[in-house]
Parts: sequence; structure tokens; C-alpha cells
Amino acid sequence: MTNSEAILDNAARLRGEVGGNLHDRLTEAIYSDAGAIAGRAVSAGEQTGNLEQKFDRILTSRLWGFPLMILLLTGVFWLTIAGANIPSAMLGELLQGTVYNALHGVAAALNAPWWLSGFWIDGVYLATAWVVSVMLPPMAIFFPLFTLLEDLGYLPRVAFNLDRLFKRAGAHGKQALTMMMGYGCNAAGVVSTRIIDSPRERMIAIVTNNFAICNGRWGTLILIGAIFVGATAPPFMASFIAATSVVAIAILGVIFTLLVSAFLSKTWLKGEASSFSLELPPYRPPQIWQTLYKSIIDRTLIVLKRAVIMAAPAGAVIWLISNINIGEASIATHLISFLNPFGLLIGLNGVILLAYIVAIPANEIVIPTILMLTLNLSKSGLAQTGVMSGIDDDMQIQEVLTGMGGWTLLTGINLLLFSLLHNPCSTTIWTIWQETRSLKWTTISTILPVVLGIAVCLLTATAARLFF
Amino acid sequence: MSHAETAIQCGSCASGCNTAHLAKLGIKTGNWDYVVALAGNPNTGKSTIFNALTGLNQHVGNWAGKTVTRAEGAFTLGGKKFKLVDLPGTYSLLSTSVDEEIARDFVLFGKPDVTVVVADATRLERNLNLVLQILEITDRAVVALNLIDEAGRNNIKVDERSLARDLGVPVVSMAARSGKGVDELLGAIEQVSSGEFQARPHRIKYTDDILENAIDTLATQLHGQFEDLPNARWVALRLLEGDESIINAVQTATLGTVRAANVFPPLVQLEAR
Repeated sequence: MTNSEAILDNAARLRGEVGGNLHDRLTEAIYSDAGAIAGRAVSAGEQTGNLEQKFDRILTSRLWGFPLMILLLTGVFWLTIAGANIPSAMLGELLQGTVYNALHGVAAALNAPWWLSGFWIDGVYLATAWVVSVMLPPMAIFFPLFTLLEDLGYLPRVAFNLDRLFKRAGAHGKQALTMMMGYGCNAAGVVSTRIIDSPRERMIAIVTNNFAICNGRWGTLILIGAIFVGATAPPFMASFIAATSVVAIAILGVIFTLLVSAFLSKTWLKGEASSFSLELPPYRPPQIWQTLYKSIIDRTLIVLKRAVIMAAPAGAVIWLISNINIGEASIATHLISFLNPFGLLIGLNGVILLAYIVAIPANEIVIPTILMLTLNLSKSGLAQTGVMSGIDDDMQIQEVLTGMGGWTLLTGINLLLFSLLHNPCSTTIWTIWQETRSLKWTTISTILPVVLGIAVCLLTATAARLFF
Repeated sequence: MSHAETAIQCGSCASGCNTAHLAKLGIKTGNWDYVVALAGNPNTGKSTIFNALTGLNQHVGNWAGKTVTRAEGAFTLGGKKFKLVDLPGTYSLLSTSVDEEIARDFVLFGKPDVTVVVADATRLERNLNLVLQILEITDRAVVALNLIDEAGRNNIKVDERSLARDLGVPVVSMAARSGKGVDELLGAIEQVSSGEFQARPHRIKYTDDILENAIDTLATQLHGQFEDLPNARWVALRLLEGDESIINAVQTATLGTVRAANVFPPLVQLEAR
């Protein structure tokens, strides 16, 4: 017998001697000491916590919980969309107009060969400039607002409201919290599933985390919601309708999370939902300036940095595949013509599908990639620099997409849907592998959302064809 | 008592004496003199304190369960280099979830020079459960009584002297979000780490002779097998309770080893358990 076994044998024998309820006795001893010490140290005056309870009763009530949640989210997006419009246009004018033209002016003065200035200015620079002008203003408004809500203590209330639904779907209530993390970044959301103890429920939370819209996708949704959905409404309603469309997509994400969770817990990951206690933290007055500073420095600039780092090489790749010809046409043209039939079938197009392939490392660059590919594709008939410098606000982006890209309202709506339902970015996929070490579940987490996305887009495209 | 000492020491050099000597080193954690662990219930402000001391930007949000891994950072104080480890928030060290295990293993086997237990002043009684459990393991502890501003708003007064006397370790009132009490906390950390402050931590009394004997027998036996075990009595109690993770650690002779930072078992391994 080894020493370890001897110790454990001895422990088992002594356990019989001391009696079986030791754990309870120890816990009781700790509780009674804690009670006594706290009793001596704490003197509580009249309690003023009633207001907080009243708030909670409304914010987490069955009747008002969800409507208030939707109202609050719509408000946040409305402020974002209405507020981002003007700075977006100004940034666009500066970066795609003034700076872009100045760079070409310098290149012309230096007699730079077309491929050199094309690669650096029309490729690398332009992709980066677009990422900044399209992403920066909405993020700089949305992130501080979201962080304020988080600071205030609203997120756990949302989790509390959703808990019932998650339980009914056979998933863990804490999945609502991991979903909240996913709204920032899915890779972080996947890591945060560690708070779920049951491996079954944790796997469900990992697979479905991608249905929480991440930082990299909010920008796409806000822009497309504004220029396609918002534009269908009268001007004074436009921002509100656009915000509603973004909220609808976010809610659709929650619905998919619940449906897929329920499906998994009835099939491959069978089991009962485990119970847990969720603590509602006190409301804390947010520190506004600190929150503003932190969410702009930490979140906005970090996301933007990642976007720029990814956009520069993507711009280079896009310029190269658009300018290197195989036979009669460029590589990009070949790829897009190959993807186009399938893309159009599901109410998207070849450019969008190619953009999602280019953007696997980072969702942030989807819109700039789409714009550059669309412009490059129809470049032949247009004066190159004229087109490029022309795009400096949202409405002109829409003109490019509808005019040159042949987009319709359906394309816009399906892009919103596909933005919600497609594969996770490569960082998230890698994180899922790190956390699970399961090839099967990493593959399922990657493929399942794309399959759902294609199916949903096919559905709306077919419906549109039948009814309109 | 202890806090009064801290306060006097701070009063002797103009206000903000410690932050003046504090150098935030971020993630440069190599070659430290002392290791400081940050433990506490979820959502009590551990990450806020961590950020205030290291200058790092751990995610801070008003909800339980954000910190799921061990975050590490460093600072220097009075010429000594401190490594600071932010542990996942736990209500107890006695149950078996993985994040609690990470916190417990570190406090027990990581042998931190100081364990700072962050307690929520507005929910002191419940927070004391964890404080008392940690004091069972280590006597090199400081209690950071955080959210004292919030307690004030709720008309709750906490007498930190009474608390310090009962617990036998330094107690520092803090409002970490606005930076209040950070100097005093640093002072207490310095005193405990250097051994200047000798703690007489509160220990739960067992009046049961059979239990005391059983603990002694097992503790001696454990010391024979695992030489570096910092608190064999605590481990013995867990064995008597039938704590499975500890039984497992004895069986596989991994008792006393700490997981490397941020190492969390992959899901396929957890499933196999």
C-alpha cells in the first residue's frame, strides 16, 4: 500500500468516527462566527434600499422586463445611428476625399508607376481609411453607452429576465451572462463560459455564443440598417427605423441562441438544466467621465486597431486580386463570377460572399471589402480617382452599392441576417478549440451558423421572389 | 488596532505617501519579492483594486463572474517588487466548481505572501464566510473592506476596529472605484509582507475531541507524505469531509501543486471527470 492510499484509508476510517454530517457542522460554525463578528461590527441605520427594489421589480417583471429591455436597446442604437451620421460624413470627406487626393497628388508629382500608387493608395490606404470612417463614429458612441449600462448594473437584470427562457431551453441560466460577454467579443464570450460548471451546458453556451453580435459586427449592422432599412422610412423616422432593424437582428440572435440551445439539449447534449443563484448587484452610479475615457481608449481604439491591422493587408490582397489578370479578367472577377450564382440565389451576391471569405480573420473589414470589390469591379467604365474620392458619406455608399453593385432592399436585409448568422472569426474558432480541444465541436460551432445563415437567407430570398 | 497603526503610519508622511512610491509595472511580473493574492466574493471590486495597483485594465463590469482566470500584474512599493494575482470571485472555498478550485488552490498551495480578501461592506456577514475560510488557511491576510461609500449611502456603518480586533488581521476601509483607501491598503500589504505586522487570525473553534484527534492524526500523516504542505490541518479537515477534489489530489500525489496561470482544463477533460 502506498502512503497516499494509507492516508485515504485512514481518512475514511476517521470520517466514520467523527460522524457523517461534518460538512454541515463546519459550515454552521463558520456561519455563526461570521454572524457574530458582523453583528458586532455593523450598525445599520434606516434602510433606503426600497427605491432599488422598486426599480428591480419593474425592470425584471414578467410584464415590463422585455419591453423595457427592447426600448432601452432601441434608444441606444437610435442615439448611435443619429449621432454617427455627421462625424462619419466628415471623416469620409477627409480620409477618402482630401487625404486620398493629396496622396495621389504626391504620387503623380513623384512620377510613381501606376501599380505602386495603386497598391499603396487604392489598396492599403483606402481599405484602412474606410475602416476608420465607417467604424469609428458608431463605435465611439455605442461602446460608451453600452458600458454605462453595464456599469449601472443593468446587464445582470437582462440575464435575470432571460434566465427563465434559457432554463426552458435546457441550458444554464449563466449562459445569459456569457452571451453578454459575446456582445463585446465572441472569443471573450467563449472563454467566459468557464463560469458554467456542467460540461454539457458549457458546450451549448460555446456553440451558441456566435449568435451574440460582437464588436466587429455592430458597425456593419448599424451602417446597413441605416442606409437600406432606415432609408425606406420618411427622413424624420429614418434613424428610429434603422435602430429598430438593428434591435430586431439582435433579438433574432437571442431567438437563435435559445432555439439552437434547445435543439442541442434535446439531441447531442441531452440533459436537465442545472439551477444556480444569480445575484443582482446593486445599481451603482456610473462614473461617467471614467467610463467615457475607458470605453473609448480600451474598447473603441482596440477594436479599431485590430480592424486597421486586418484592413491594411486585406486592402493589399483586394487590390492585387482586382489588378492581376488571368486570361481576360482579374482574379477577383473570376472569383466573384464563380460565387455570384449561389450568392444571388440566397439574396446576396458574389461580392458579399467573397468579402466574408476575406474577412474571416476579422468581421470589422466586411464593409470596406465589399465597397472596394464593388468599386474595382465596375472600375473599367469609370474614371478611377473620380469614383474613389466621391464616396464620403453614407448615402453615397448606398449609391455605389445599388448603382454599381445592383443591391436591393433584399440584399441589405439579407446582409443584416448573414452578418448575424455566419462562421465565427478565426480568433474565436481558435479559442473554441483551445477551450474544448474537441475537433467535432469546434467544427460544429464553425459550420452550424453558416448553414443556418444560408438557410435563412434562402428563405427570405425565396419569399421575396414569391411575393414581390 | 491594526488599522489605526496603518493610519498613523500614513499620517506621518504627507497624504498619498504610498501612491507616491508606488510604481505600476503592468504585466512585467518577473523576479518578484512578494506574491499578493486578491480573493473575495464576486462583484466586490477585486478587478478594480487590481487595476488600481498594477495600472492594468482588467475588464471591470457591475456583475458577478467576469474574472474567470487568474490575472497577474505587478507593482513596486518601498523598493520591493510585488506580483499581484487576481483570483476568480468565489462565495466559498468549500464547494467544487472549477473557479473556486482555482482560487482555493492558489491561496492554499501558491503560498502567497499576502492574501488580500476583498469584502463588500454592504453585505458584510455573507462576505465574512469567505474571509473566515481564508483565515483558516493562511494568517498572512489583509481584509479590504470595499464599497464603504455604498454602505454609507445605505446607512450601514461598519466599525473597522471591531472587525480588525475580531479577525486579527488588518482591515482597510476602501472605496476603490474612487481610489479611496488604496494608500492604506498598500501600507497594510507592506506591513504584512515584511512581517512587521504579526497577525493572530480568527480560527473556528472545534470543541470536539474526537474531531481534533482525527485532524491531528491525518495532519501528521499528510506532512510525512507532502513535505511542503502549508496547512495540513486544513487539508485533513477536507479529507474528513470527503472533499473529492482533495481526495483526488492525494491519490494522484498532485496535492500542493498549482496550475500555471490561465490554465483551465479543456472541456473534453472536464467531461471525462
